[in-house]
Amino acid sequence: MIYEGKKKIWAEYQKEIPEDHYFYVRSCIRQSFFPASEATFLDITRNKLGKDIFETEHHTTCGGIAYHSDAIPQETAMTIIARQFALMKKYGYENYVCSCITSFGLYCETLETWREFPELQQKIAENLWKTCHLEFAKPKFLVHASDLIFKYRMQIAAKSKYKLVNKNTGEPLRVVEHIGCHYSKMFPSKGVGGAEYPYVLVGMIEAWGGQIVDYPERRHCCGFGFRQYFIKSNRGYSLANTHKKFESMEPFKPDMIITNCPGCPYFLDRWQYVIAETEGKTYGQDGHGIPVFTYEEVAGLVMGYDPWDLGLQTHQVSVEPLLDKIGIPYDPAKKYLGKNGKNLGQPEKPHCLK
Amino acid sequence: MKNNILVIGGGPAGMEASAALSRMGYNVILAEKEKSLGGHLAKWDRLFPDQIPAKQVLDSLLEGIKDVKCFTETDVNSINLLDRSYNAMLSNGITILADAVLLASGFDLFKAEKKEEYGYGIYEGVLTNADLEKAFKEGKTFSPAPMAIGFVHCVGSRDEKAGNPACSKVCCATAVKQAIETKELYPDANVYCFYMDLRMFGRHYEDLYLRAQKSGIRFIRGRVSEVSETADGRLLVKAEDTLSSKPLKVSLDRLVLMAGMRPSKAGRAVGHQLNLTTEEDGFFSSADNLLSIQRSKLPGFFYAGACTGPKTLPDTLHEARSAAMEIDRYIKENFRK
Repeated sequence: MIYEGKKKIWAEYQKEIPEDHYFYVRSCIRQSFFPASEATFLDITRNKLGKDIFETEHHTTCGGIAYHSDAIPQETAMTIIARQFALMKKYGYENYVCSCITSFGLYCETLETWREFPELQQKIAENLWKTCHLEFAKPKFLVHASDLIFKYRMQIAAKSKYKLVNKNTGEPLRVVEHIGCHYSKMFPSKGVGGAEYPYVLVGMIEAWGGQIVDYPERRHCCGFGFRQYFIKSNRGYSLANTHKKFESMEPFKPDMIITNCPGCPYFLDRWQYVIAETEGKTYGQDGHGIPVFTYEEVAGLVMGYDPWDLGLQTHQVSVEPLLDKIGIPYDPAKKYLGKNGKNLGQPEKPHCLK
Repeated sequence: MKNNILVIGGGPAGMEASAALSRMGYNVILAEKEKSLGGHLAKWDRLFPDQIPAKQVLDSLLEGIKDVKCFTETDVNSINLLDRSYNAMLSNGITILADAVLLASGFDLFKAEKKEEYGYGIYEGVLTNADLEKAFKEGKTFSPAPMAIGFVHCVGSRDEKAGNPACSKVCCATAVKQAIETKELYPDANVYCFYMDLRMFGRHYEDLYLRAQKSGIRFIRGRVSEVSETADGRLLVKAEDTLSSKPLKVSLDRLVLMAGMRPSKAGRAVGHQLNLTTEEDGFFSSADNLLSIQRSKLPGFFYAGACTGPKTLPDTLHEARSAAMEIDRYIKENFRK
């Protein structure tokens, strides 16, 4: 692989990411799947880096799941989005950062549609006024939360306690990066690094000491894909996609996976259990899986957050071998204790996946 | 007194037209931006359909312009139309007053790295038709001998996303020729051609295709979707076989991209100075696409070769001779009454 060639392509896909002052919107599903990721994002940006990141309890879903499942028409989704943007303006912001990749893709699609069809934008503005009495606005800058962590990657590195390095060998950890399809596949110019060789997560990994694994199926969907999973009869297809990715990355012996989408870490993590149970196959070392992380979790780990405060006990694939490899301390006795110290209960151990 | 004719571009079209105009008794001045004459032909090893050496054709063209004043490494810094003639200032400091100008600026190869999914410039094993031809010309071979090689047709041609919906005309025949030559060089290798349609329209082109099939080259109708690298450094190529309606994956040692033709940047710079119009494809607009392909919309300004769209070498040479005749007619009608 010619690294210089990649750098040339990355240079062509740079987006402007303002340093500060953002209106933040959460994802519908990340708070259930990876409960501490968004809290960690806010803690790092606000408290560790001193940025102005505002959020309000009045924001809602972007409508993406319903839109992609054909449950609501496009105009409805656009009006929901117009309301989100209007809230941004109401609170005095013009930079919009969203936690969800589905939302990010839908925001990009909506803004492009409005640009292409101004009469539709006018109609949505009218819908917004009739339904919510809010003034129509568009963000000056739209970014995904991973864009912001990418922007702050060196500041995070400067405050890091740990590096993505094997403490026993001194070698950089081998990291698979997986980008959500809706981050840059629809609008390559909206993602850092483009669609074919995205740089947003690569930049973080490089800044934090790891080494990126370039494997053949790296562009392939994680297997979520709304119609693949939401329609029960298609779930085998969802699993097959994930299986294909793991078979492809296996020869490269990755230590971990980092993702920037709500669905991807969930499916890459949980389907490893299903593959292990159905085929008896595991992809990590000694019967373990390959741990899968959100970018906020990885940022939190290198900054020295307690792994259990990052919610890593909610992962299917155990993270302890990786924590040992990096040298991050953790207390096994506290793994299943809630924030209030109460025991949450221990999940049943799978048969094959350690 | 001999009329001055300025020919811009020293590729096959410029050379052939210069030779014809010189034979007609004109004072021909040929300006070429590169160090040597010949354009893409000078970089090629063998030519389809007969695989004759490109050098043989180039030598013959050079022989024809012995009496032509050739300035190499020379750009046209400025050009403008005076009353009836063109005043051109060349980068070597010479100013020419020409009664007619022939633009033979040819084409640039499509930059294959723009098709990011094919990995040109990213993976060592991915090369272009021009890279392979250079290797053939220099007698270089791949070591270790490749076991599987693929050719991708239509790279940057017939591709709206790449900004070029037009066919580049020569890539199919070039791919088949190069596939045959590769198979001859590495008889044990599996050779694949990924094509959309095979446009083997010229005389003997179909024979070349038949020969390729008989030599065991596999033709797969479908576009390559992406290229990546395996753990052992080989190329994993994903494509669709549209005849069997199945996706396929194949591991290759080399992948050759048939980069198509794009308008020449140098030619467009000249055109810009004279406000010459181009069509949607970026190539220059002729006065008429049937009866006056060699004429531009400016008096005394003519075109030959691929500056008005992709052409094969025989087409280019025919057009160059035809342009010379048009220029001769123009001079006789306007300067010798």
